[in-house]
Amino acid sequence: MKIEDKKRVLREMVLHRRFEERCYQAYIERKIGGFLHLYPGQEACCNGVMEAARPGHDYVITGYRDHVHAIKCGADPKEVMAELYGKETGSSKGRGGSMHIFDTDKRFMGGYALVGGPFPLAAGIAKAIQLKGGDEISICFLGDAANNQGVFHETLNMAALWKLPVLFVCENNLYGIGTSIERSTAVVHQHKRVAAYNIPADECDGQDIEVVYEHARKAVDHVRAGNGPYFLELMTYRYRGHSMSDSRGYRSREEEELWKQRDPIFILRDRLIKEGALTMAEFEALEKETDAYIENEVIRFAEESPEPRIEDLEKYVLAERDTQLPWLTGKAA
Amino acid sequence: MANIMYWEAIQRAHDEEMARDPLVICMGEDIGVAGGTYKATKGLYEKYGPLRVMDTPISEGGFTGLGIGASFLGVRPVIEIMSVNFAWLAMDQMFNSAAKVRYMSGGQLTAPCVFRSAGGAAHQLGAQHSARMEKVFMGIAGLRVVTPSSPRQAYGLLKSAIRCDDPVFINEHELMYNMKGEVPDGEYFHPLEGSEIARAGTDVTLFGYNVSVHWCLKAAEILDKQYGISAEVVDLYSLSPLDREGIKKSVSKTHRAVIAEEDEAPVGVGSEVIAIINEECFFELDAAPVRVHSALVPQPYNHTLEKAAIPDHEDVVKAVLKLFGKA
Repeated sequence: MKIEDKKRVLREMVLHRRFEERCYQAYIERKIGGFLHLYPGQEACCNGVMEAARPGHDYVITGYRDHVHAIKCGADPKEVMAELYGKETGSSKGRGGSMHIFDTDKRFMGGYALVGGPFPLAAGIAKAIQLKGGDEISICFLGDAANNQGVFHETLNMAALWKLPVLFVCENNLYGIGTSIERSTAVVHQHKRVAAYNIPADECDGQDIEVVYEHARKAVDHVRAGNGPYFLELMTYRYRGHSMSDSRGYRSREEEELWKQRDPIFILRDRLIKEGALTMAEFEALEKETDAYIENEVIRFAEESPEPRIEDLEKYVLAERDTQLPWLTGKAA
Repeated sequence: MANIMYWEAIQRAHDEEMARDPLVICMGEDIGVAGGTYKATKGLYEKYGPLRVMDTPISEGGFTGLGIGASFLGVRPVIEIMSVNFAWLAMDQMFNSAAKVRYMSGGQLTAPCVFRSAGGAAHQLGAQHSARMEKVFMGIAGLRVVTPSSPRQAYGLLKSAIRCDDPVFINEHELMYNMKGEVPDGEYFHPLEGSEIARAGTDVTLFGYNVSVHWCLKAAEILDKQYGISAEVVDLYSLSPLDREGIKKSVSKTHRAVIAEEDEAPVGVGSEVIAIINEECFFELDAAPVRVHSALVPQPYNHTLEKAAIPDHEDVVKAVLKLFGKA
């Protein structure tokens, strides 16, 4: 990666980290309700892949740990935070919440909360691209535990059969909710499972963004060139629990500390410092600047935005409720 | 007017819509090279090719989700689920993805897809191939449910469902694909909402949908000829949304109601129609409404037991006579 790209991505990753940490705080303050799945520790995965792809051009779909993926595709952090606050200005107008961030203008096709649910949707998006003849690709980010759902296998089979332009990115953070991969999955290395479907698959370190980027470039190029699907497994770790009601009793503090030694932001920061492109003081200033932006703009926007109106409770259930279209009325147009 | 079969009507709707719009596709098990279990997609594979007429693996959850994903980008998939019993495997995608995506995205995404499936009890297909599942689908916000009782409706409802921006579930019937009926020669869109008076009457309303419309029509004939009772038959081709106005209007005229369904009674179409009658026109009633429905059993294989489990026109006649104190 070029130095200027690495510096830009470091800035983005710091925003992603601080955004998520601020969400945690807002949740404790009961400003955010429902479930909240946070991303700290995994930032190099989404950032590395999307640096190799074309954010805003390629279609991205994911599970409920979705805030950072949306922002990376181009969603406004203010609208994402407003969504978490349940406000009318939120990215899904307060109807979705943390697990259902959408920004279709930026081709972020949503966060879905049934584990594995996005697999066939991603393949369907790829099918639409294939029919329309575009050069976009469909990228599906999910965790390792999603691969134990039946639709994982059903989707891989169809994607290979029909040579669909879809990249499956498996962020293997070693836990499915509170059960470790060794205790839930017969094959720990997920890319090995994909061999059964004749789909090229690769595995790499998910903490070093440059490693992710290099592997992702190969993956993205393969799919964009019309060679069909590809599966990329990134070995990573989430610092927080699965969601907010999680005391992390299923893993040791030693294990957590070990992974924090390989923090994706610090790896990139230290490399830039070593390369003479950044100083520690500049990094600390970046953190402060990011916090100020989050507080003064992002949180403020969410706080000050209006709630949805109760009169609009049933808006968005059906697309064609009150229209006079012939297929609703049977009368000639 | 052409006199064609139910399956031919469905095939014609597919063909017209696929010829008009290259983004209309169809997918399902055996629908292409094999021509479809009920011939509803006969000849389309030869005409439109494998990219648009997709023979899918036997993976209902997977291919239904794939169709829904394609619809996010404006593709209009008509997804055939060979038997409604297999739709259980696809319901996560139908309900959690297609029906909810518009709401949970704040109106940004819609899933304009059509799910077609053969429901109903046929002949001795046993517990896992005889389900009537319309009552499951009609309770889901964001999903339209229609069910054609004739070739005309089968053609017009599919045409409308393909054009509609909402996901639509079309509940067909295994025993009706060879039924013949008049279908307009010109293009015809059947409304996705409302109900139809299949036979006008004054003394009692018989509500039916899909196959049970035919039990009601036969029962009305018998009631008229043998008992001098004038029955109105209302065809509830739209199960979601149900036509509150149509139900109210007919019951306010006849003051009596019988609801005939092939489904089992609990949480069924009958329960729902009676609830609407109570809410809309309770004081118009001269007698308590009655449900005619299947026995609450997994469908038996044995021919005699199966016949005993499923109602028919005679059960509708009996219910009406009871309502009038004549049985």
